[in-house]
Amino acid sequence: MQTKKKHSLNLIIGLIITCIMLFLIILGFFYTPYDPTKMDSSAKFAAPSIKHLMGCDNFGRDIFSRVLKGMGNTFVIALATVVIGVVSGVLIGAVTGYFGGWLDEVVMRINDVVFAFPSILLALVFISLFGTGKYNVVLALGIAFIPSFARIVRGEFIKYREMDYVKSARLAGVSHLRIIFVHILPNTMTVLLSSIMIGFNNAVLAEAGMSYLGIGVQPPDASLGSMLSEAQGYLFSAPGYAVFTGLMIILLVLGFSLLADGLKKG
Amino acid sequence: MDDILLDIKNLNIEFHDHDAPEHVVKNVNMVLKRGEILGIVGESGSGKSLTAMAIAGLLRRHDITTDGRIIFDGKELLGAKRSELRKIQGNDIGVIFQEPMTSLNPTKRIGWQVEESLRIHRPEMDKAQRYRLAVESLKSVELDEPERIYGKYPHELSGGMRQRVMIASAMICEPKLLIADEPTTALDVTIQMQIVKLLQRLNREKKTSILFISHDLSLVKRLCGRILVMHDGRVVEEGASEEIFTDPKQDYTRKLIDAIPKLEKPEI
Repeated sequence: MQTKKKHSLNLIIGLIITCIMLFLIILGFFYTPYDPTKMDSSAKFAAPSIKHLMGCDNFGRDIFSRVLKGMGNTFVIALATVVIGVVSGVLIGAVTGYFGGWLDEVVMRINDVVFAFPSILLALVFISLFGTGKYNVVLALGIAFIPSFARIVRGEFIKYREMDYVKSARLAGVSHLRIIFVHILPNTMTVLLSSIMIGFNNAVLAEAGMSYLGIGVQPPDASLGSMLSEAQGYLFSAPGYAVFTGLMIILLVLGFSLLADGLKKG
Repeated sequence: MDDILLDIKNLNIEFHDHDAPEHVVKNVNMVLKRGEILGIVGESGSGKSLTAMAIAGLLRRHDITTDGRIIFDGKELLGAKRSELRKIQGNDIGVIFQEPMTSLNPTKRIGWQVEESLRIHRPEMDKAQRYRLAVESLKSVELDEPERIYGKYPHELSGGMRQRVMIASAMICEPKLLIADEPTTALDVTIQMQIVKLLQRLNREKKTSILFISHDLSLVKRLCGRILVMHDGRVVEEGASEEIFTDPKQDYTRKLIDAIPKLEKPEI
C-alpha cells in the first residue's frame, strides 16, 4: 500500500510541475511582460524586482521574458526531435521486430552503429556538415534519437508477435500492416509512453547542451541553453540569470521524469 | 459438391531454425468430411498442433518447409499465395486457441475483436450491421447480456467467458471449418464440459466441421465421431471413436487410454 501511494505521488507532482511549465510555455508564445530582445541600458543587471521578476541581463533585457520565449524554443525543438525519433523509431522497430529475418539483422546492426555514437557527437558532426540553425539541430538530434526508440519498439513487437491474439488476428485474414498498427501498437503504448517522456528529457538537455556550445538557436533568439551559456560570463555580477535559467531546465526535466516514472509504475 | 471438406495428403513439416533440420510432422494423411467432428489426440510434441497450424496457414515461411498437399474445399492451401490464403482465413476457417488469457487483445473491447473478421471479409457491412451480428454471435455462444459484454475489455471476463468470446469471433463469418487447438486445456472441468457441449451444438446447428485437438481422451470421446491418434509426428491410429476406445490396435493408443484417470480407489 505504502509504495503504491508513493508512485501516484510521483505522478501527481510530475503532472503539477509539467502543467505549470506548459502553462508558462504557452503563455510565452502569446505574451511576455517585455519584448525579449529589447535592450534597456538603464536596467543592466537589474536585480529581481516587481518590475523585472527575474532581473535583467547584460543588455538590460528582461530575463523572465527571455525565459518564457526560450522555454518555448527549447520545448518546440525537443518536441520536434522526439517526434522525428518516435515516428521513425516506431516504423523501423515495428517492421524489424514483426517480420524478423535478414531485414531485422541488417537494420539492427546499422542501428547499433548509430547507437554506439554519443548523440551529441553525432549531432555535432551533422551540424558541421550542414551548418548551424534550429532546423538542423532538430534533424540532427532526431536522427540520433531514432535507434533508442527503434530498439524499444522492436523488443515489444518481438514479444507480442507470438501472442495468441496476434495469431488469431492473422488467422482472421488481417493484413500485416493492420496487425502492426491496429493490433500490436496499442499494446506497446505503456512502454513507449514512458520512453517518450524520457526521450523528451534527453532532447531538452541535448538542445540545451548544443545551444550552450553555440551551435543551436542563434542570438538574438533565446533558448534555455544559449541563455545559460551567456549567463556564465556574469555569474558574479548577475547570479540570478544563471540560477533562473538553470532552474527552468531542471523543472522542465524533473516534471517529465516524474511523469514518466509515475506512468511506468502506476 | 463432394462431402470431403479437408483432405491432407503426405504432409511433412520440417524446421530449419537450428543447425540440423528437424522433421516434426511425417507423412500425415487425413480426411475431414463436411459436418464431421474429428479429434486429434497425442502427447505434447506429437505434431498435432503443428498440423493444425499448417492447415490454418500460420507457419512461418522462412525457416519451416512443408511438403505434401492440403486441399480445403477443393482449393490447395499449401503454397497458396498469402492474398489467396487471407480470403480463406477467418472466412472459411476459424481457429480457437488453448489459452483464453492471451488469445484476446487486452487493449481492445470485446465487440471490436469479435467484429474484426467482419471488417476484413464483409467490408460492405456498416457499423450497425456489424454490431447486430456481433451481439448475435455472442448470444449464440450462450453468453448472458451480450450487449454489455460487447463493450467490455478482456480483463473483465473470466477464462470460460473469454473462450466463449473466442468461439464467437471465430464463428462470426460462419466458417466451414473450426480448428479448436486444445480449447479446454486451460479451463476447469465443469467449464470444459460446457464448452464441449457448445461446440457440439454449433456443429449441429451451423453444420460447421470441427477439428478438435486435445490430449484429453475423455473429452474427445464425448465430442468426436472419429479419432486420429498422433505420436512422434506420425498418425499411428485412426478410426471411429467407439472402435478406438473398445479395441485399440496400437500399444501407444492403449497407453493413452490407460492414462485416463478413473473414479476408482487405486490399489496400494
